[in-house]
Amino acid sequence: MINLEYTTLQHLWWLLCSVVGALFLFMNFVQGGQTLLWQVAKTEAEKNLVINSLGRKWELTFTTLVLFGGALFASFPKFYSTSFGGAYWVWMLILFTFILQAVSYEFRKKPRNIFGSTVYELFLFINGSVGILLIGAAVGTFFTGSNFTLDANNFVTWTHPFRGLEAALSLSIYSIFNVSLGVFLVLNARTLGAMYLVNNIAPGTAPEMEKRLRNACGNNCTYSLPFLVIVVLFLVLMPGYGIVDEQGTIAKVGFKYLKNLFANPWLLLMLLAGLASLLYSVWHTAVKEQNKGIWLGGLGTVLVGLTVLMLPAYNNTSFYPSKVDLQSSLTIYNASSSSYTLTVMTYVALGIPVVLGYIAYVWWAMDRSKMRMEDVNDQSSY
Amino acid sequence: MLEIMDLSMVNWARAQFALTAMYHWLFVPLTLGITWIIAFFHTIYVKTGNEEWKRLTKFWMKLFGINFAIGVATGIILEFEFGTNWSNYSWMVGDIFGAPLAIEGIFAFFLEATFFAVMFFGWNRVSKGFHLFSTWMVAIGSNMSAVWILVANAWMQYPVGQAFNPETARFEMQSFAEVALSPYAINKFTHATSSSMLTAALFIISISSWYLLRGRHQLMAKRSIVVAAVLGVFASIFTIVNGDESAYEIAQVQPMKLAAFEGLYEGQINAGLAAFGIVNRDKQVFDDQKPFHFEVHFPYLLGLMANRSFNSFVPGMKDLVYGNPEYNIMGSAQKMVRGKEAIANLDSYRHAKKSGDEEAAATYLSAFNETKEFLGYGYLRTPEEAVPPVALSFYAFHVMVSLGTLFPLIFIAYLYFTKKGTLERKKWLLGFGTITYFLGLIAGQAGWVVAEVGRQPWTIQGLLPVTVARTNLTTATVQTTFFIFLFLFTALLIAEISIMLKQISIGPEEN
Repeated sequence: MINLEYTTLQHLWWLLCSVVGALFLFMNFVQGGQTLLWQVAKTEAEKNLVINSLGRKWELTFTTLVLFGGALFASFPKFYSTSFGGAYWVWMLILFTFILQAVSYEFRKKPRNIFGSTVYELFLFINGSVGILLIGAAVGTFFTGSNFTLDANNFVTWTHPFRGLEAALSLSIYSIFNVSLGVFLVLNARTLGAMYLVNNIAPGTAPEMEKRLRNACGNNCTYSLPFLVIVVLFLVLMPGYGIVDEQGTIAKVGFKYLKNLFANPWLLLMLLAGLASLLYSVWHTAVKEQNKGIWLGGLGTVLVGLTVLMLPAYNNTSFYPSKVDLQSSLTIYNASSSSYTLTVMTYVALGIPVVLGYIAYVWWAMDRSKMRMEDVNDQSSY
Repeated sequence: MLEIMDLSMVNWARAQFALTAMYHWLFVPLTLGITWIIAFFHTIYVKTGNEEWKRLTKFWMKLFGINFAIGVATGIILEFEFGTNWSNYSWMVGDIFGAPLAIEGIFAFFLEATFFAVMFFGWNRVSKGFHLFSTWMVAIGSNMSAVWILVANAWMQYPVGQAFNPETARFEMQSFAEVALSPYAINKFTHATSSSMLTAALFIISISSWYLLRGRHQLMAKRSIVVAAVLGVFASIFTIVNGDESAYEIAQVQPMKLAAFEGLYEGQINAGLAAFGIVNRDKQVFDDQKPFHFEVHFPYLLGLMANRSFNSFVPGMKDLVYGNPEYNIMGSAQKMVRGKEAIANLDSYRHAKKSGDEEAAATYLSAFNETKEFLGYGYLRTPEEAVPPVALSFYAFHVMVSLGTLFPLIFIAYLYFTKKGTLERKKWLLGFGTITYFLGLIAGQAGWVVAEVGRQPWTIQGLLPVTVARTNLTTATVQTTFFIFLFLFTALLIAEISIMLKQISIGPEEN
């Protein structure tokens, strides 16, 4: 019988949601690959290779996003109601891009698809760029705060007419942070996408494209570094929103995220190890022309993602602060489900290793022979 | 006291959710049903090694894939719309409602998504056995997702295993087993999946009939028809039996829904079951107008359906709104009074708590506990608001039932003429057969209209009206997203139909 303290359950469930979120950031190699399509694939055959390679994985990414939503709904419903209902336009635009993605793989090459292949490729580009940029900006508000108040019933009122888009579009210094985080995620997804495609397509199948992919891997990582520096500088220097007394009062605390890093040195270690893994994997792929960078790059992304998602939540911090009414801010303590529900969900979570196990097995079974040209000429291909 | 908001915004939010759900349900029944049929075909291929069965499997798989993509696209929106458009709901019941959604993600969607790639692309990459296993896993995964989403939906209709927590002002889970194993949920799941199977069977019948009329792919078409019709007979009969059970359950836990879809204003003993009728749309629950311009009833049957006995009383909308002491029925008018007391006591309790007056808080809490089951009624503006749209509920229910009764006859006719060996000559049947899939879709849509429109004005039956459950958004905002969704889904639907028709026209051989 699981018998954990309520606060332990709240920490555990934020960890589990963060793991799903971090895995989603890794799986964004699909979105990154989508934005590389027109850049790296110059012939129809190369395009088909890229689409079919990503097409075997897009659903896993999609499902990870759905699970991220479901896990947050079950464990932190106040976040679900406040953020999704409040920052309406951000989430709606993100969703629109995922609708476009869901049909594009299947419809792109089918005869009589009405809009033509290029339109579906554009849909994939929009999903990989706009969708991920907005997700980054939305995650940025975990640090920079949003414009909402909660009433006595915990019902949300958003006080900015842009309904969440102000995270990226308002004239505030913190928009720079939110947008930088979004751009970093887009560029990182492109770096990962290049590494995945290099790994997944059999060597020698499209040698010219392989060169372009390795270049794209190095270039996108290079372009992402200034944005990473901005994000890290902000994190180190910016004030955060902390719980300052027993009653759960929220106040602005100077250097809060820097303090959190030192209070939880394992977060600092994960961040550094993650960044080192990412950079090493890029060097391994772009310079050393090796093919397995995606695994280390993926691990690096997961570690960085975990740090980004846990930094604003642990150590008595508000993970969804309100800029306009500090006491409306959400913490893992005031936003979670009941102890009973979290306990039930913890039993459910015991099944996750089984799920990860069969995903890993299927991944291995399907990808042990790499994608070749004959695979994309098969009638069942995308 | 909660602020009751702009009703036009609530109606647009309802329209948006209905739009998404209806589009979603255009694709999901086929996904749920046809995966079993594909798994069956695939099994025969693996057992016999006959390439004909492989071709057949791949053909139906291709049509499934086209349908599946757009089903996924509409599905993700539904999950997030609970947060975006019904955020107060998400907070108030997220403690209970979020769990099945998360479980669906962990155990069903991943099963489906992981093995989907093997099913489609595993022909030469994995062993035959593992490939077949994957096809079955896709069928199980998609149907398991139906289990959990229907558990969630059933809970909205019959909210068991929960209690209102005055400290957090939300409903919290008390028993996961009661939520997951609710009889309402079990009925909903079996009804939805069996009706999906029959819809998939109709899909196969429609396309195969078209091939037979054109004299193309005759062997494949005949084989497909036999499998689909056998499955269809069982599925359609099961759907009828199970639908009857659902109606009984609705009568017990949602009597207003039953009264609305039967157009029953005045409660009766030995009430007749409406066969068909033309609803008087001007009729109000409080006036004496006739409920129908024209109607035909099967005598006595409503009591039998609702209570499993003749000579039993079935309450009408009037009884449920104004009460009927003779049958010990409390109306929404009386419940509203108690609901408003509950709201006032809850507010006073929280006020006393905040000001540290524990004694007063205990008194108010005790008073609140006496009337808390009526809390939701306190937010209704008039007792008559508890009546759902009658005409829409009535027509939807009777369309569903009429079509549901027709389906087993269609399957039996196909089997009969197949056995006689004269099916290809029965042009009338084949011609009618080509449109039966659309009848299946209409029946499915009508079923959900009964379930969801009949539940109005409640998001959670008796506990949370839609006017409270909404997000604080402007009408213009929701109108904008409504029209974006309408445009986007319609454009993708047109593309989907066009692709599907082309693939059907190409047929299995060229695939």
